Amino acid sequence: MTTPMLHARNVRKHFGKVEVLKGIDLTVERGQVCCLLGPSGSGKSTFLRCINHLEKIDAGSLAVEGDLVGYRRHGQRLHELREREVAAHRRDIGMVFQRFNLFPHMTALDNVMEAPLNVSKVSRAQARQDAERLLEQVGLADRAGHYPAQLSGGQQQRVAIARALAMKPKLMLFDEPTSALDPELVGDVLDVMRQLAADGMTMIVVTHEIGFAREVADTAVFMDEGVVVEAGDPRQVLLHPEQERTRAFLSKVL
Amino acid sequence: MATTTAAASTASEDRCPDDLPVVPVRHYGRWVAAVAAITALAGIAGSLAKNANLHWDVVGHYLFADLIFDGLVTTLWLTAAAMALGLGLGTLIAVMRLSASPVLHGMATLFVWVFRGTPLLVQIIFWGYAGALYKYVMIGIPFTDITFLRVETNSLLTPAIAALLALGLNEAAYASEIVRAGIQSVDPGQAEAAHSLGMRPALTMRRIVLPQAMRVIIPPMGNETINMLKMTALVSVISAHDLMSNIQDVYAQNYQVIPMLVVASLWYLALVTLLGVPQAWLERRYGRGTARSGHVSPLRRMLGVAGRLPTKRQEGNR
Repeated sequence: MTTPMLHARNVRKHFGKVEVLKGIDLTVERGQVCCLLGPSGSGKSTFLRCINHLEKIDAGSLAVEGDLVGYRRHGQRLHELREREVAAHRRDIGMVFQRFNLFPHMTALDNVMEAPLNVSKVSRAQARQDAERLLEQVGLADRAGHYPAQLSGGQQQRVAIARALAMKPKLMLFDEPTSALDPELVGDVLDVMRQLAADGMTMIVVTHEIGFAREVADTAVFMDEGVVVEAGDPRQVLLHPEQERTRAFLSKVL
Repeated sequence: MATTTAAASTASEDRCPDDLPVVPVRHYGRWVAAVAAITALAGIAGSLAKNANLHWDVVGHYLFADLIFDGLVTTLWLTAAAMALGLGLGTLIAVMRLSASPVLHGMATLFVWVFRGTPLLVQIIFWGYAGALYKYVMIGIPFTDITFLRVETNSLLTPAIAALLALGLNEAAYASEIVRAGIQSVDPGQAEAAHSLGMRPALTMRRIVLPQAMRVIIPPMGNETINMLKMTALVSVISAHDLMSNIQDVYAQNYQVIPMLVVASLWYLALVTLLGVPQAWLERRYGRGTARSGHVSPLRRMLGVAGRLPTKRQEGNR
């Protein structure tokens, strides 16, 4: 049996007195696409941010390829990792944000080259070649010299995907990647993600795009109020949900 | 009666409105105010030019005197060194203030409280007379007799060094607040994106946060530099041989107070004007990628040969 890409057990998290994750269990195998769905405030984005340790979990365990996120186990104790070690773990996990978060003071090409140059210490020529190839892959080869402010939302998000891919991650996290986009620009971004899934990338996607989830996902997970309400085959969960809460949500978004 | 009106209106409708000449609004009030202002300015300038007490010959004699140039050199290096010390230490204090450690945060707050809360003039005199507080400067391990270095305070704290310390430490307090505001103005999503790529905090600060903070930091720091240039005049109280010290030395001997102050003012004005050039350059350098920056040099913009900026947005191109 191979170790799963993501193994989460009883993950809990609270902000002050509000408990946002009340014991999440989730396993994602290598090469699979998992879509997290649910209403705002259900904790799906927080859970995603826990996976690359942008948020600390308060209880439970979260492991990526068998390595605990943010901690090292020594006998019966968990030792918090140093910044350097956390950073090393994050290199293998790409993340795409709802509001793109491109670096505004760099061109599209420099955005994609930044981490390979300064984190992986790849040669400039190599980084440039890789970045140009990635921009071509997301359909933006002719926008390499543009600054983010000169690009549309859809173009910015595709640059952000290329930037994450530049670190050759084994897992990609998408936090509502199309929620901040004009409806007609959503398609371009989803096309890139569809292609990525077809190439075998392991992906965890927080999204409201039910159609995308039904078509691309191997697993659909419906969350509400910090718990997993229903999980499984997307055709089952999204077309014939067993739980009343899932049905109520789907009837509103479809 | 009715027929004439109809005839007149048809006549004027013969010409399309966009062919008709436009008569702009005449702002008579503005003209009157402009004439009054110019008259007042000319009056003041004329009376200054004719005022024999100004002694323009004395001004001309001292404007390029060696002593004045020596003072200028001191003023310039003092400004540069104090700003460098202030910005370097200020950045460190800003990072300490944003630190999660309550001790570092508290010490940075204490520093700002003391050096921003007491008059600069007091601080300058204090450093100038620090020898009266501690006769020797000793570096060693506190509460033991182990000493690595022992120097007489007055030989270490020359007036120039005392002036530099006073101005630099005071500036650090102000600069730290400017840098802190700059850092806090950067969207936290930027640091998150950098972290998610595996960048460590120090690298994130250097490559992602500070370059964006610079846009917010540069205009007020330009102000601070101009202020610093003029505040160096205060160190004349510990005779640090800056421009103002030397001016005072001259008028103490020849009693030509007003002409010498004119010499000082002309030089300060000239230097402040020159400082605008590097500031404009820096603003353009760190404004890259923001909508309004464009790629037009300040000089070209001033001369109005920039032409129209290229279109900024190219929507939905695949």
